[in-house]
Amino acid sequence: MELSSISRRNFLNLAVGAGAAGALAACGSSGPGTSGGGSGASATYWYLTGAPGEQIRKDTVDRFNKDNSDSKIQGTAYQNDAYKTKIKTAIGAGQAPTIIWGWGGGGLKSYVEAGQVEDLTDWFGQNAAVKDKLFETSFGPATINGKIYAMPAETVAPIVLFYNKEVFQKNGAQPPQSWDDIMNLVTLFNGKGIAPFSLGGQSRWTNMMWMEFLFDRIGGPELFQGVFEGKPNAWSAPGAKEALTKLRQLIDANGFVKGFSSITADSNADQALLYRGKAAMMLHGTWTYGSMANDGGNFVKDGKLGWMNFPPVTGGKGDPSNTVGNPGQYYAISSKATAEQKETAKKFFKDAVLSDAEVKEWVDSGAVPVAKSSQSMLAASKDAEFLNFVYDISTKAKNFGQSWDQALSPTAAEALLDNIAKFFQKSIGPDEFISNMNGTIGK
Amino acid sequence: MTTVAPPPLRVDRPTSGGGRSGGVAWMAVPALIMFLIFGVVPLLGVLALSFAQWDGIGEIKPAGLDAWQSVLSDPGLPHALWVTFVIMALSWLFQTPLSLLIGVFLAGHERYREWLAVLYFIPLLLSSAALAITFKALLDPNFGLGSGLGVDFLNQDWLGESKLAVGVVVFVVSWQFIPFHSLIYQGGVRQIPRAMYEAAQIDGAGRMRQFFSITLPQLKYTIITSSTLMVVGSLTFFDLIFVLTAGGPGDATRVLALDMYQRGFMAGLMGPASVIAVILVLVGLGLALGLRRLGGRGDESQLEGA
Repeated sequence: MELSSISRRNFLNLAVGAGAAGALAACGSSGPGTSGGGSGASATYWYLTGAPGEQIRKDTVDRFNKDNSDSKIQGTAYQNDAYKTKIKTAIGAGQAPTIIWGWGGGGLKSYVEAGQVEDLTDWFGQNAAVKDKLFETSFGPATINGKIYAMPAETVAPIVLFYNKEVFQKNGAQPPQSWDDIMNLVTLFNGKGIAPFSLGGQSRWTNMMWMEFLFDRIGGPELFQGVFEGKPNAWSAPGAKEALTKLRQLIDANGFVKGFSSITADSNADQALLYRGKAAMMLHGTWTYGSMANDGGNFVKDGKLGWMNFPPVTGGKGDPSNTVGNPGQYYAISSKATAEQKETAKKFFKDAVLSDAEVKEWVDSGAVPVAKSSQSMLAASKDAEFLNFVYDISTKAKNFGQSWDQALSPTAAEALLDNIAKFFQKSIGPDEFISNMNGTIGK
Repeated sequence: MTTVAPPPLRVDRPTSGGGRSGGVAWMAVPALIMFLIFGVVPLLGVLALSFAQWDGIGEIKPAGLDAWQSVLSDPGLPHALWVTFVIMALSWLFQTPLSLLIGVFLAGHERYREWLAVLYFIPLLLSSAALAITFKALLDPNFGLGSGLGVDFLNQDWLGESKLAVGVVVFVVSWQFIPFHSLIYQGGVRQIPRAMYEAAQIDGAGRMRQFFSITLPQLKYTIITSSTLMVVGSLTFFDLIFVLTAGGPGDATRVLALDMYQRGFMAGLMGPASVIAVILVLVGLGLALGLRRLGGRGDESQLEGA
C-alpha cells in the first residue's frame, strides 16, 4: 500500500521535473512541507504486526484519535523483519513517518547522526511527569551523546529460557542449572527423539541470543562492552573463544531442532515446536509468551510453559542475574515532519503512550510495560507469576544488555548477523568468527 | 534485455508509393525516453554512488575507489559470483531440455494438448513471493509435507543444508519458468514448415530422427532466445530466493542480487552495494552479447535444402 503511494509520488516528481503543470508541485515530496509522509496535521505512525502488540498499538492510536478529533494519527503496521529495511529506506528517502518505531541503540544513532530525528531532551525536561512514569533503565538505548532522542515505550523484554514442563516431566528431566546440565539434557532429549532446543535460525538474531548469553556468562558484560566501544580486537578478549567453543559443541551435539536454519522467527514456527512438544526448550524474548498464549491452545493456560533465566556456566565471570534483550521499544519523531505533526506526536506521547489503559492491555497480554504504574497491576493479572518473573529479572539484573544487533551500527550488526549465521551453519569456526568480527570493529 | 534473432528473410524496402515512406525513427522516441529515464539515468546514478559513501540515511560523501576496493577484496564477492553462476547453469540445464520437450509436445493441435498447455501455464501467473512462501511451508522440516505425509524421503532439511537449498532454489525457479519457455518453444515448433517433416517421412525418417534432424536444428534461434532469457534472467532472481532462504543457510544461496540488497539495505553500505550492481550489469551485458554471438550473424538461411 505504502509502496504504491511512493511510486505515485515519484511519478509526480518526474512530471514536475518534466515541466508539467506547476500545481502538481504541491503533491510532490521534495518540499520539506509534506515530506513527513502525511498531510496536514495528521501524523503518521508505523509499527509492527503480530499478536498481541499489533492490536494494543492500534488501540492506543484509536483512543488518541477519539479524544483528538482535530489532530489524528494514521497507523500502518509492518512485519518485523521487513520493517527493519523499510524504515531505513523511508527515512533515507525523506518519506519517514512522523513517529518512528524502533529499538533504539545503533539504529537510532544512525538516524541521529543524519539529523533525521528530533531531540526530545528539552521536551522531557518540560514534561517531567512523562519521564518519571517510565523505567529509568529504559532510557539507555534512547540516549545518544547525552541527549534523549526517543521515548521509551511498550514493554521490557529480556530473553529467557522457556521449557515445556510436560515434556520435561514425561522424560524425568529437570530444568538445567548449569551449562553442563544443558549438554546432558541435549543427549537425553535427542535420545528420546525430541529436539532439545527450538530455534528460528533463518532470522539470524535468534541465533545471536545464544551468543549473547554465553559471552555474558563466561566473559561477563565487559566482553561485549569492548566491542560496543570499538576497542581493537575486542572479539578476541578472554572468554570469547571459550564461549564460541561451547556454542559450537552445542551445535555439534544437535542441540538445535533439525532444520533450524530454515525456520524464521516471524512465522512463530519456533514457538509452535515448543508448545507442540516437538522441542523441549527455547531461548527467546519474553514477548513470545503472549503469542504462545494466543496460538498455543491451552498450553500456557494449563501451566505447561516453564521459564527461567539462562543458567550460569561453571567458572564463568558473568553474574547469573544478568540478562540481555530489549530494555524497551522506542518512539522517535521525524525531524522532517511538519510542526503540526510534531505537536500531534508529542501530544500522543504525553497522553496516549503508556496511558493506564495501554499499560493494562500490555499486562493483560502477558508483558511488563516500561511504565512504573505497571507494578501494581501485575499481581492482579492472570499471568502474575510470569509477569513478576519478568519484572524481577528486568529490575534486579546486575546488567541488562541490549540486544547486540540493536546496540551496534547497522553495518556492524549486519556483519555480525552474517557471521553468526555462518557459525551456526558450521561454515566458520570460533577462530574464523573472531578474526572476521575483529575486522568489522569501528565500522 | 532480450535479443530476438532477426527474421532470416530480407524484406525489400518499398521504393515508391504507399504514403508511409517517411522516416519512422521518431516512433522509437517514446521507448527511448522511457529507457533513458528508467534505465540509463538510474544506472548512471548507481555508477556515481559506487564512488561514494552513503548509509542510505545521511549525506552522500564522495569516497573515490574505497567501495570498489572493499568489494573486490572481499571473499564474499567470488562466492556470490560462484553461487550465481551455479544457479544459472543448473537452472539452464534443468529447464532447457524439459521446456523443449514440453514445447514440442504442446505444439500438436490435438484438443487435450491445448488443455494441458493452459494448465502448464498456470505457475507463471503466480507471484514469486507467493510461490516461495508456499514451497517454504511445504518443505518445512517439522511441519511440512514430509512429516505431514510421513514420507521419509521428503523429510529432509531442504532449506537448511547448503547443497539441498541450492537444489531447491533451482527447482522452484524452474517450476515457475518452464511454462514460459515451453510457450516459446511451442511457438518455435509451430513455425517449422510441415513440408520438411513430410519430406523426412518419405525418406523414411522415424520420430526420433525427425526430432534431432529437423526440429532441433530449426529451433536454433528459439533456443538462443530462450537461453538468453534464462541466463540473463537468472542474474536478477531475488524475490524468490530472498523469501525462500534469505541467502542462507549461511551464505549458500546468496546470489549477487541478494548480496547487493544485504549490503545496501541491511548493512547500510550503499557504495559497495552499487559496485555490485555495476558488476551485475556488466555480467548481464557480457552474457547477453556472448549468447547473441553464438547465434551467428543471423543472415544465413535456415531453410537451405528444404
